[in-house]
Amino acid sequence: MIDTEGLTKKFGELTAVDRLTIHVDEGEIFGLLGPNGAGKTTTVRMLCSLISKTGGSARVAGYDVGNQADSLKIRGLIGFVPDNVGLYEALTAYDNLDFYGKLHSTPEARRKENIERFLKMLGLWEKKDDDVSTFSKGMKQKLALARALIHDPKVLFLDEPTANLDPEAAKTVRDFILELKGEGRTIFLNTHNLDEAQRICDRIGILNTSLRALGTPEELERTVKGRATVVQLEQVTEPILDALHGLSLGEVSVERNKVTISLADPEKQNATVMDAIFRAGGRVRSVNVVGSTLEEAYLKLVREKEEK
Amino acid sequence: MRLSISWIVASKDFKTFRRKRNLMYSIFILPVLVSALLPAVTNLMVQRASDHSAALTRLTLILPAFTFFYMILAGVIPAAIASYTIVGEKVERTLEPLLATPTTDSEILFGKGISAFVPSVSAVLAGSVIFMVLTDLITHGTLGYYYFPNWNAAIIFLLAVPLTVIMSVEWNVIVSARATDVRVAQQIGMLVIAPLAGIYVLGEINMVNLSDAGNLLIVAAVILLVDVLLFSLTRATFRREEILTKWK
Repeated sequence: MIDTEGLTKKFGELTAVDRLTIHVDEGEIFGLLGPNGAGKTTTVRMLCSLISKTGGSARVAGYDVGNQADSLKIRGLIGFVPDNVGLYEALTAYDNLDFYGKLHSTPEARRKENIERFLKMLGLWEKKDDDVSTFSKGMKQKLALARALIHDPKVLFLDEPTANLDPEAAKTVRDFILELKGEGRTIFLNTHNLDEAQRICDRIGILNTSLRALGTPEELERTVKGRATVVQLEQVTEPILDALHGLSLGEVSVERNKVTISLADPEKQNATVMDAIFRAGGRVRSVNVVGSTLEEAYLKLVREKEEK
Repeated sequence: MRLSISWIVASKDFKTFRRKRNLMYSIFILPVLVSALLPAVTNLMVQRASDHSAALTRLTLILPAFTFFYMILAGVIPAAIASYTIVGEKVERTLEPLLATPTTDSEILFGKGISAFVPSVSAVLAGSVIFMVLTDLITHGTLGYYYFPNWNAAIIFLLAVPLTVIMSVEWNVIVSARATDVRVAQQIGMLVIAPLAGIYVLGEINMVNLSDAGNLLIVAAVILLVDVLLFSLTRATFRREEILTKWK
């Protein structure tokens, strides 16, 4: 549904996005994770045909990003929630949605139906005739989501949709995003909220000008730091350590009677490790597999870039 | 370009204006006040004239100048509304989602132009009707005929005023692109009246004959030319990428 190949954006001497290559499948929630200034918003703006690309290529729903003729088609197929919701505060919730429905040339009957449907889904139907200026942040964010959906887009671009929301409002928005995925929509989510990315994204790309890593949350946790098996023994002896070193599976460290062995794939290698310990006369009290978290993976990748 | 899309943009702005009563008051109050004040001044000058001949001389000087004054009004009025429609969207951060819709830059720009043009022209023309009726009532006794309507008034109200409003709207869009505050945009936007005020002063000191239809047509033609030049500048200013990456 979304494909980029070496997508690049430069503002004069400054490179905002550098050779980004990603593929997002239909019906997938793809999260673009990165610190402020990493190029997330620039990427979304390019994909929404709001700004031009400097290099590379991109396609959204089969249309060529950067092709003047395709720009209108892309903007007609996508729904977009910017980081600042940008609602007309002097207008009612209904009027805001009606305006955008008209701009998308949504037929009147369909427009009315969608306004009612989405406002009800988001718990705003009772407030439809209230001025947006009276809404809380959470209500505005929900209304911005409804606005992005008013024309039934296939693809949704959400730029920090839960930023500055209280936990309850953020949860409502996240649950709604998952509901949209259930309807088969493709969702491209910009966030710097690791917990949110881990909870709702099928795959995550870590961006810091260039793409630092790409995969499922679990893959990212694994690929960055790997994992380790921690074995609590009754007593750590020289023969046990010799046996573990002899396996050459990974780094071995000892802290009192606890041995930590770094392993690429603990589920497959634990049997070998246990066998070596038993043969060396070790008595095991407990075994735990520990892994790096997405947060650790993210920080490592982002810092690597900063150090370079 | 789809005019229907521009009309949707303009209609949304009209709805916003109706809710922002202060904005509408600021647009209509000035023309109404001026349109009551100018006939009052005319009345005072007729009353204070030493004789009928002096009154006639005064009227032939001030009535063309007062009629021309509506072109200055036509330059002032759109500053309030045009700067609001562009800077207002910029301040409220509503431009980005608007630009993410399947609309062209020209359609949005034209819609913004309509939303600034319609109330501005309506306000100036409403004022002009009040001015013409009151002036006719006041001057009929002295002149022996109704001064309005006349060809000069037709050129000014039906040709020059709309062209001046367009010029002011375009100028204000360009100013708004660089301004971050509605008031600053309005103040700079009002500079558009400087050349018109200059012509008005020249008319007052008899250096330009404002009762000559030919002169008024020349002024209208120059404004038309400026409209065309500003239009290309406006289009260059109002581009998605510029708005999203350079407008602060």
